[in-house]
Amino acid sequence: MSSGGEHHPHPPSDFEARAKALESLLVEKGVLTSGSIDKIVDAFEHDIGPMLGARAVARAWIDPAFKERLLAAPKSALVELGITEHQVEELVVVENSAAVHNVIVCTLCSCYPWMVLGLPPTWYKSAPYRSRVVMEPRAVLHEMGLDLSTDVEVRVWDSSSDIRYMVLPERPAGTEGWGEERLATLATRDSMIGVANAANATSSGPAGAEA
Amino acid sequence: MTEIDRRIADLDSLPRKNGELVFDSPAESRAFGMAVVLNRAGAYDWDAFRTHLIAEVARDPDERYYESWLHAFEALLVERGTLTADELSRRTAEFASMARDEVF
Repeated sequence: MSSGGEHHPHPPSDFEARAKALESLLVEKGVLTSGSIDKIVDAFEHDIGPMLGARAVARAWIDPAFKERLLAAPKSALVELGITEHQVEELVVVENSAAVHNVIVCTLCSCYPWMVLGLPPTWYKSAPYRSRVVMEPRAVLHEMGLDLSTDVEVRVWDSSSDIRYMVLPERPAGTEGWGEERLATLATRDSMIGVANAANATSSGPAGAEA
Repeated sequence: MTEIDRRIADLDSLPRKNGELVFDSPAESRAFGMAVVLNRAGAYDWDAFRTHLIAEVARDPDERYYESWLHAFEALLVERGTLTADELSRRTAEFASMARDEVF
């Protein structure tokens, strides 16, 4: 417990003071530890998010044998990447190709492949997306900036409480010789939902692409 | 993810970027973390927190999101008797005046 403050030249904001007061009282009362807060925040900021899916996609682009395993038995393939916090539902990975484009939805509510994509975007849960992507997927994808040629078959996968889907997007052209980590930056959340293609090789600046 | 995580994620308004949560300051992430840790420890149902949060957002829709969050969390803890409003305001004043600057 410190009574000093010499090294803290600026007084804290009201918000900061209240947050610190809460934390210090709760720690003092033995209700929680500061370490438990660190752990939770870290998990929500970093571990639970589309990066897990992106890592799996990048590995699949590089390693055909891994891709086969990812398509055949997604959960055990993910374990190879150290992704073990599995939700109980089945996960199915659907692969895009020149002939087939996949897109996922949950028409009933907001079922989402949390374990690989983290938190669903708000529009994924919106009534218009949920109803329209099934009826007129091409129009919805067009509005979201993805134009598909008419000879590409569009498959819409309706998630349920038992089965979740994730799209394996096509590897972008011009990425020959790229390492896994760099490739993972191209596997955006939207591309794994299927409402976009993976980002272009040229868009992979250090700042990343914000859609 | 657990059922709890899912319900947290269901809070549409959590500020995020590319699906991931974003915090504008470390204090925001502490506020988020504390509420989740105590819920996981079984101190309250997520719905109890959520009710307070919804009420807080309704009270002042222009308030910053984590400002509402912190108010909701304070109200819930006082309601549950985990701490009193009085000790909370005294401790807050200590931090505000820099009489205290470490949380432990």
